[in-house]
Amino acid sequence: MFKRLHENGAKKVRIFVDGAPTEVPAGETVAAALLAGDDVHCRTSSVSGEKRAPHCLIGVCFECLVEVDGQPNRQACMTRVADGMKVRRQQGAGGGAA
Amino acid sequence: MSGTREPDCDLAVIGGGPAGLAAAAAAAAQGLSTVLIDEQPVPGGQIYRNIEGISGGRPDLARILGDDYGYGAGLAQAFRASGATHMAETAVWELDGAGGLGVIGPEGARLMRARRVIVAVGAMERPAPRPGWTLPGVMALGACQTLLKQAGQVPDVPTVIVGSGPLVFLVAKQLVEAGAPPRAILETTPRSNMGRAVGALPGALGSLGDILKGLRWIGQIKRAGVVIEKGVEGVRFTGDGALARVEYRIGGAEKSRDAALALVHEGVVPNYQLAEAAGCQVVWDEVQLCWRTRADAWGATSQDAIAVAGDCVGIGGALAAEAAGRLAGLDAAHRLGRIDAAKRDSLAAEAHRTIARLAGVRRFLDLLYRPAEEVLAPPDDDTLLCRCEEVTAGEIRRVAGLGCPGPNQAKAFTRAGMGPCQGRMCGLAVSTVLARARGVPVAEVGHYRVRPPLKPVTVDQLADMAGIEAEVAALGGLPTGSDGDAEPALETEGGGTR
Repeated sequence: MFKRLHENGAKKVRIFVDGAPTEVPAGETVAAALLAGDDVHCRTSSVSGEKRAPHCLIGVCFECLVEVDGQPNRQACMTRVADGMKVRRQQGAGGGAA
Repeated sequence: MSGTREPDCDLAVIGGGPAGLAAAAAAAAQGLSTVLIDEQPVPGGQIYRNIEGISGGRPDLARILGDDYGYGAGLAQAFRASGATHMAETAVWELDGAGGLGVIGPEGARLMRARRVIVAVGAMERPAPRPGWTLPGVMALGACQTLLKQAGQVPDVPTVIVGSGPLVFLVAKQLVEAGAPPRAILETTPRSNMGRAVGALPGALGSLGDILKGLRWIGQIKRAGVVIEKGVEGVRFTGDGALARVEYRIGGAEKSRDAALALVHEGVVPNYQLAEAAGCQVVWDEVQLCWRTRADAWGATSQDAIAVAGDCVGIGGALAAEAAGRLAGLDAAHRLGRIDAAKRDSLAAEAHRTIARLAGVRRFLDLLYRPAEEVLAPPDDDTLLCRCEEVTAGEIRRVAGLGCPGPNQAKAFTRAGMGPCQGRMCGLAVSTVLARARGVPVAEVGHYRVRPPLKPVTVDQLADMAGIEAEVAALGGLPTGSDGDAEPALETEGGGTR
């Protein structure tokens, strides 16, 4: 949904989104990494099951909750990528569902 | 929790935007041991986010973001040189009225105490509940700008901007300069606003340059081929699992536009919750239509040890926030015995003048960009107000009809405000819908009470705090909330968000 204006020079790290490897610039947030892809949804609602995606990117709305390295309910917009990080889109309330 | 604890520092400043940076630098310059606590890795807040990285290494982005953004580099530099300690990537999950803080950062959770605290946590975009606003592809306009500042990213799908306020035109201009213009701006500013704002125009002439700059942006945006539609009402977002179309009305005529990304904005509102949690008195602002902390000209609140500065007290913009931060920092130095009142006043004179000058244009902007009634109190019963628990405007009206007087009671009935955002996204709309349903002012309906932890902190992280047992007990029922009123701890052992 978003594209990076230029990437030359930036150090890259490899993260895994639902198991799929992707190279992203070091220092980027998990939310930014997701938004640079085609499928930007990051979780499903614990009430209706509908897809949700990052909304505010400043840590307020808590829409961007994902599972990071096995830990559920991490705010993707407040979490920076790290080499080898495993990100999973969270199903419902998280915590064992993924 | 703080009563028995020796102070760790003279002054803790919470927030690394213009108010916090100026407050910390001003206080440290007068010899206060000063700690600035901020959630971001680098100074700047939202307005000057990543300013050091961009002014130092991304001339392409510096050009797109412009001189008003570049101005923040000096603020960051002055803060770095001030001798204040920077606690980066650190969130405050508890604040009490005596200067006790619970923080969580790279080294885990800890408690600390400051002799004085300046809360400078800025603003958030006003949530604008509309049908379909939870669809992936509907984002806050500020989020788009955050991506530009922090990740150098711009939209690469058909995009429309939906909303009202100066940020609409600033971001549109920046996207034009980045080669990624939106297809259209659907401007939701009520047409009737201009009549009211004109009366405030003479007072805004001190900022005539800024007004003319805004008009130049609009010209630049139009020349880039962006369609600007005015008087947009009744906005709905539709699509199957992702945004596909924005539907709206202009003057009663139904219209629509295909879009994969809609960037929404209805102005900004103060982050009042942290000061409120510390016991500071909060009041309803009938002009800006939001809650703000009651404070004097120095930012002093109803709590002796707590001051507030910047947009978290009432929206004034970055330059006013910087000036207010300086005032709060100087007042801290005075109250803690470093300077006498005469010296404080002489050092503060220019900041007072800046605030007075900017108040004129702010009044004009407040009237010109007053949100539409349908944004404040969504008329469609099916519109979700609470995104977390999926509670609709109709449900809030229903419990109002049952006699529910305010948001804290509505929360108990409907779960609105009980999810992970703790009511930050639905609070204003829930209070306003209740007020309209009851036919009383919003001030009478009140606001959600917020409870610690104000930011996610796990049971394990609390347990790992050194020497913490007695103090955790004193906080009372911490990770799961107390009386069924809230369930704020996100990462409890159960792991659920509900």
